[in-house]
Amino acid sequence: MRKQLIQKVNDPMTKTDAFISIRNVNKFFGKFQAINDVSIDIGHGEFFSLLGSSGCGKTTLLRMLAGFENPTSGEIYIDGQPMSGVPPHHRPVNMVFQSYAIFPHLNVRDNIAYGLRKQKLSRSKRNAMVDEMLDLIKLPDYGDRKANQLSGGQRQRIALARSLILRPKVLLLDEPLGALDKQLREQMQLELRALQKTVGITFVFVTHDQEEALTLSDRIAVMSNGRDLQVDTPTRLYESPMDREVASFIGTMNFFDGTVKALTDGGAEIETAGIGDVYTTNIPPSLTPGQSVSVAIRPEKLTLSSDGHGGSNTVKGRLDNAAYLGERSHYYVSVDGVPQPVAVSAQNRQRANGNAESQRPVWLSWDDNAFVVLGNG
Amino acid sequence: MRGQDIPMPNQTALLPNTVRFRTLLQRSETTRGFALLSPTLLIMTVGILIPIGILVAMSFWTQVGFDFDTTLTTKNYQLAMDRPIYGALLRRSLWMSGMATIATVILSYPMAYFVAFHIHRNKMMWIVLITLPFWTSYLLRVFAWKVVLGYQGVINSALMALGLIDAPLEFLLYSQSAVVITLAHAWAAFAILPMYVSLEKIDKSLLEAATDLGDGPVARFLRITLPLSLPGVISACLLIFIPTTGDYITPTLLGGPDGAMIGNLIQKQFGAVNNWPMGATLSIILILSIGAISLSFMAFANFVRKRIS
Ligand SMILES: Nc1ncnc2c1ncn2[C@@H]1O[C@H](COP(=O)(O)OP(=O)(O)O)[C@@H](O)[C@H]1O
Ligand SMILES: [Mg+2]
Repeated sequence: MRKQLIQKVNDPMTKTDAFISIRNVNKFFGKFQAINDVSIDIGHGEFFSLLGSSGCGKTTLLRMLAGFENPTSGEIYIDGQPMSGVPPHHRPVNMVFQSYAIFPHLNVRDNIAYGLRKQKLSRSKRNAMVDEMLDLIKLPDYGDRKANQLSGGQRQRIALARSLILRPKVLLLDEPLGALDKQLREQMQLELRALQKTVGITFVFVTHDQEEALTLSDRIAVMSNGRDLQVDTPTRLYESPMDREVASFIGTMNFFDGTVKALTDGGAEIETAGIGDVYTTNIPPSLTPGQSVSVAIRPEKLTLSSDGHGGSNTVKGRLDNAAYLGERSHYYVSVDGVPQPVAVSAQNRQRANGNAESQRPVWLSWDDNAFVVLGNG
Repeated sequence: MRGQDIPMPNQTALLPNTVRFRTLLQRSETTRGFALLSPTLLIMTVGILIPIGILVAMSFWTQVGFDFDTTLTTKNYQLAMDRPIYGALLRRSLWMSGMATIATVILSYPMAYFVAFHIHRNKMMWIVLITLPFWTSYLLRVFAWKVVLGYQGVINSALMALGLIDAPLEFLLYSQSAVVITLAHAWAAFAILPMYVSLEKIDKSLLEAATDLGDGPVARFLRITLPLSLPGVISACLLIFIPTTGDYITPTLLGGPDGAMIGNLIQKQFGAVNNWPMGATLSIILILSIGAISLSFMAFANFVRKRIS
């Protein structure tokens, strides 16, 4: 089994410039399968996110990279080296724990310098490195504080500095911003991203917050029930999700059932029950005429207007509901032949007067290629 | 929470006295604290302060036949200082119970560590098992050690049967080591429990973080586990040192002439010798010595904790 896997990786076809290579990893806790045949490649210097709802196995996967859990089967390679049998303290990775795990009996300075002990540095060199880190995390005057004198955001930065000072090849972060309030979280997101660009270390970042993942990451693996559903860039995940699960996990999506009517130069004409024919080039590779599929569109790609014109790429409906969110409004429109109300999101360019009267007739319209065709699932 | 307790105006009219009293009681944290403490305070005052008061008073009296001469005098203290036997016994007691404390803590720490980190199910059962020896009387446990350590005891017979020794090892029984061994066993639970509690409290992610930052098991233990469990170790030391110093049962049964402790002497003053004031004086001196040693130990531990952190 093992031998076969190694051969597979050395095979020029499968050998990539992956810095971290997760190969067919399974993890069982007793009878419960927490990770189900996951294979992911992560490039050098990449900001890579594992995104999924709580309990889908993100932490377990991260802990296997760190060496705190061992895969039941499969192999993890970091920088070309197989990691099975390598204990956590010998791996070229460091982890920022969900709880930060700041040592309560040490001050900030000693927390940050904790991992340097092995390097047998002179005192002045070590102090200089710690000072540099304190500057980097913008807490230059906090060196002598104890852990219990720090706020959540400060602890988070110290946990980060404590790992970064060791210049690991990979930094693993387990929902590091989860405990922070919204404002601080957004600020830390920017800082984290900037920091990652500065230090050039590969980040593997775990989050259940899709917005956070989209903002920060070069690439994202969407996970569900221990499986990796899709690994892609934020744009592609949002614009061309592979299936319904990914599409509905990231943002909001309107789904319509349809059948492939015709395939024309790289695109497809799909016949749907409620909204007529739609044309799009966002299609999965193997599509055949007559196949039943789902077509999907994001709420912001629909335009809502009160005066309609017939013709293509437009459909009439009734306004069910409107939610005013300040900068934008969400509208729910029922369309004959479509079971769910269609969600539309529109920016409030004009001052809203707050009397979007219900049940009035409205028209929805869209551009070509605004739809994406999902393999039916 | 507190909002519920604040009475509505009409209720105040209905039940003025009870409600007003309750409001008063709940108004200040301090009053409430004292209210909660009051049973304990009562027992502490009656059960500790009064006997100590009597002891202090008595230590300044003099025994005359079967009566006390209640004129205050420091003669007893003078005597205690002058007669070398008292000082020698006191020093020996402190030394022996110090040894017993160290032995107990060192032997109990792995046990506490094991239950805290390696037992995941049925922890409660393990805790109960640890206290199991305490289900029998202290006297019985001491006698059991007499059986184990005696001339014809378990150890000696076994070693002789194996042909490793020709005659029984005499130092096993009626010696200081016998007392230290027995004390270490008898008080083990008092050491295990506080150390278990402070080990159990250690956040496991701290240990993982230390490993993640490059520490092997030994370095991690010395840099994280041990310092964080120090409060438990300190409690264990005090919990064993304080009561064992004054113990007289174990030294009587197992100590022999070399293993006698100050507790034996105090007991004799209240018994055979019938000099209660002298007994009281020796008790006060013992209390003061234990207090002084415990305080300096705590100061030292605090200093160490500051240094390693
Ligand atoms: N040590 C463990 N023993 C048993 N089950 C576990 C253990 N660790 C995690 N699990 C289970 O594995 C699943 C995935 O957990 P986790 O990786 O922590 O999810 P996430 O981080 O995505 O929220 C959960 O259902 C969890 O209950
Ligand atoms: Mg998690």
